[in-house]
Amino acid sequence: MKVRVEYFAQFGQLSGCDNELVETDASTVSALYHQLRRRHGLPEPGPAIRAAVNDEFADWERPLCVGDVIAFLPPVSGG
Amino acid sequence: MSATFQLDIEPIRPERLLPSLNNQTCGAVVTFDGRVRDHNDGRSVLRLDYTAHQKLAVAEGQRVVDEALEKFAVEHVVCVHRIGHLAIGDIAVWVGVSAAHRGAAFEASRYVIDEVKQRVPIWKNEFYSDGTEAWVDPTKTSR
Repeated sequence: MKVRVEYFAQFGQLSGCDNELVETDASTVSALYHQLRRRHGLPEPGPAIRAAVNDEFADWERPLCVGDVIAFLPPVSGG
Repeated sequence: MSATFQLDIEPIRPERLLPSLNNQTCGAVVTFDGRVRDHNDGRSVLRLDYTAHQKLAVAEGQRVVDEALEKFAVEHVVCVHRIGHLAIGDIAVWVGVSAAHRGAAFEASRYVIDEVKQRVPIWKNEFYSDGTEAWVDPTKTSR
């Protein structure tokens, strides 16, 4: 299935784009992250790395649906 | 009672935000400026950029100010975070709280700035005097 993946801050730098259309057989957000981690050299998942689906924070085990927009968020550094 | 969180690409002007804290029942107004400093983690910083997941940042920032209103005896809570290009000395984040008494106003403003820094999806890219730049990762710095 096809999903849109958005990369923010250093994840955009690592993957060389701020978003891309991805054809994947991953069934969860976590599985997708692991596939893309290998492709783009993203860091190992840790508590400070979060994911969002369709503009809302999402659990790593959330199932993926066709057309979802998944954002991978590195540790935040505002303020 | 009110709680407001915004992202702003324009410079933050506290004099424009202060009137929203006015309330005749409030004897205390606490404000906090987070400003861009010229050094971080031992490196000389020239300027920085903030970027955000805008929808998520506004939603999460609003949750933070709503929580402050619920947890503390305060009347008005305002927080504005800059995005875009910032210079040294610019206000990166501003928090304003009004309350009947100072204790709650101090506590609520501390809560807002601490939670915003921990939870709201905003990222800082620092530009250094040696010509390099880097996204700040608070989980890796020495602080």
